[in-house]
Amino acid sequence: MASTRVEHAFSRVGPGFAVVESVRVDQITPRARLGITARLILSIIIAFVMLIPVLWMAMTAFKARPDATASPPKVIFVPSLDGFIGLFTNRTQLSAAALAEQQQRTDLNFWERQTLARGMRILGPSKFVSQLSNSLIIAISSTILAVTLGLLSAYAFSRYDIPGKRDWLFFILSTRMLPAVVVTIPIFLMYRAVGLYDTHVGMILLYTVFNLSFSVWLLKGFIDEIPIEYEEAALVDGYSRLQAFRKIVLPQCVTGIAATAVFCLIFAWNEYAFALMLTSEKARTAPPAIPANLGIGGIEWHVIAAGSMLFLIPVVIVTFALRQYLLRGVTFGAIRQ
Amino acid sequence: MAEIELRQVAKKFGDLWAVKPMDLTIYDGEFVALLGPSGCGKTTTLRMISGLEAVTEGRIFINGKDVTWLSASQRDIAFVFQFFALYPQMTVRQNIAFPLESQGMKRAEINQRVAEVVKLLEIGHLLQRKPPALSGGDKQRVALARSLVRKPACFLMDEPLGALDAEFREVMRAEIKRLHLAQHATTVYVTHDQVEAMAMGDRIVVMSAAEVQQIGTPAQVYHDPANLFVANFIGSPGMNLVPGKYVGDEVHLRGGSVYPTPPAWRPTLAARWQRDDVIVGFRPEAAQVSETGAIRGMVYASDLHGSYTMLHVSLNGELRPNGNGEDTIVHIRARRDVHYVIGSLVRFDLNPEMVRFFDPESEKAIAKEVRG
Ligand SMILES: Nc1ncnc2c1ncn2[C@@H]1O[C@H](COP(=O)(O)OP(=O)(O)OP(=O)(O)O)[C@@H](O)[C@H]1O
Ligand SMILES: [Mg+2]
Repeated sequence: MASTRVEHAFSRVGPGFAVVESVRVDQITPRARLGITARLILSIIIAFVMLIPVLWMAMTAFKARPDATASPPKVIFVPSLDGFIGLFTNRTQLSAAALAEQQQRTDLNFWERQTLARGMRILGPSKFVSQLSNSLIIAISSTILAVTLGLLSAYAFSRYDIPGKRDWLFFILSTRMLPAVVVTIPIFLMYRAVGLYDTHVGMILLYTVFNLSFSVWLLKGFIDEIPIEYEEAALVDGYSRLQAFRKIVLPQCVTGIAATAVFCLIFAWNEYAFALMLTSEKARTAPPAIPANLGIGGIEWHVIAAGSMLFLIPVVIVTFALRQYLLRGVTFGAIRQ
Repeated sequence: MAEIELRQVAKKFGDLWAVKPMDLTIYDGEFVALLGPSGCGKTTTLRMISGLEAVTEGRIFINGKDVTWLSASQRDIAFVFQFFALYPQMTVRQNIAFPLESQGMKRAEINQRVAEVVKLLEIGHLLQRKPPALSGGDKQRVALARSLVRKPACFLMDEPLGALDAEFREVMRAEIKRLHLAQHATTVYVTHDQVEAMAMGDRIVVMSAAEVQQIGTPAQVYHDPANLFVANFIGSPGMNLVPGKYVGDEVHLRGGSVYPTPPAWRPTLAARWQRDDVIVGFRPEAAQVSETGAIRGMVYASDLHGSYTMLHVSLNGELRPNGNGEDTIVHIRARRDVHYVIGSLVRFDLNPEMVRFFDPESEKAIAKEVRG
């Protein structure tokens, strides 16, 4: 009989048992339970498959050069900081005499000793440090700009009757419809003409414009959700429009601002195509720089992996810290709190 | 305190008249209820008074000063919103102090003012909480406190009780009335609940379809409705409205009964009436059931209301359970201790003081001529 089967399969749910938590009948039939288990296992497998490259990258970052290129690949290896040293420093191969001389020294620090063990000497910091700081400066500045400007225009679009509002919004969105590669050449020519090529300002400007459409749309969704009565109450209570915006709207859309900022930051941080075309020395960011770590004897995979891993960490931290806002962000603020 | 005057104030949204030109004077200390069905323009009227909505036509005066083009913050009014609009990120105390801070008031004075309203509304225990954690009634109290704290010239309230349970509405209704009496503040109160308007308003402005239908005291709009809309809208159930033909001092009602008009009305009806059709209006309590009553009908349904029975009487004299357009059902009040069998015949008379007549064409009430 059906009822005994349910009781048998789920000893604590069913007629005659106290309701500990509410359960819908269609969720506790054996079939449904099987389905739930199957889906769970499938998600774990998919998540694992997705994470393998990341895991592999992290492993490679800690391998020594021979281990990184070993075939068949090594899963068990002796961890090494070669990759990071390669990333952050410029080195030179020492002659046997110089090597012997260096080995006598006692004032070497940890990194220098590590390098020396490979028969090399550190000449100075590599360009990667400045490239990473370029990435930081450009990503953070453009994010602040895109979110600030986006917030102001989203507020205007949400609260005022702007003539041709829908057309404007569509126009703003349409700036994102062209793939980046299509516009890089014209932008390259324009930037070179006005002297923005390979400058921080140029890259900040570009990423701000690129993120602005996204930021306007996302923030408009959040501001639309704040009832206008709050501001009207403040207006009646003797505040100006700007004060009402600052004291009432702003605190209520921190969620939206956080979500928007994360997305803008990730875009600007990860952007590759524009950065490759529009920067060379001064303003080069990390993404195009990392794969350019070609050593003398071929591709330095452990250095590239170390660079990629370091590059990933800020995004992971920011995403993790603001994860509860991201879901509302991807749904354009449509989830009720 | 303040007197508010609207002169030919109107609002158009695109081609739609939200409020057609209206005149209204709200006297100092008066409590005026703006009553009407959904979408009739009550909120729009209130928002125009507050300055949150610009007028399309007309002028608004507060204390004789033209405020038509002043912003909301310059009008010295308080607005209580239907959903309270308490700032969710601030505590109750911060919410109440917020209007005072805009004036750059000193901290000590703010604290004192807050303490006053907190005492008045008995919300001392809520001060450190945030609005989302409050019950509907408490939110309402805090919203009232926030509007009171500034001691504004007048209060504008947009269905402030609309979001509360029926039980709580009554408590808060009394509370608002008490505050009004204590403060003697000019108040405009929007509601679509006629019981609320009748209970609270010194005067009621009945609106429908963007137009003012009648302005009067609760007794006036109840007993002397200006037109069919008001007659039907006020009271639950509304006034009974029975079409008939006026023939020689009698009205032949639809359904066959013949109603002899009260003598006081005869000159008016005879003199003014060119055509013979007329609508007789009477409240349920105007009917007196009696063996010899002039109007007869059949009991269609009967509801016991505790102190009285409300009879639904079909004047057609026959039962048509599905009720088509021909049928005329009136509500009359009867004694609670008599059992009226459904389908039985009843006769009733009308209290001559409480009968009203309407013109079916213009839908307006016919004014009784007083011969001197
Ligand atoms: N901002 C607006 N834009 C366009 N039309 C509006 C606007 N505000 C109100 N209206 C229209 O004006 C009319 C009157 O609206 P209003 O809000 O004043 O009605 P109300 O009497 O307050 O109704 P309710 O009882 O539903 O609150 C309605 O038809 C409404 O759709
Ligand atoms: Mg309204």
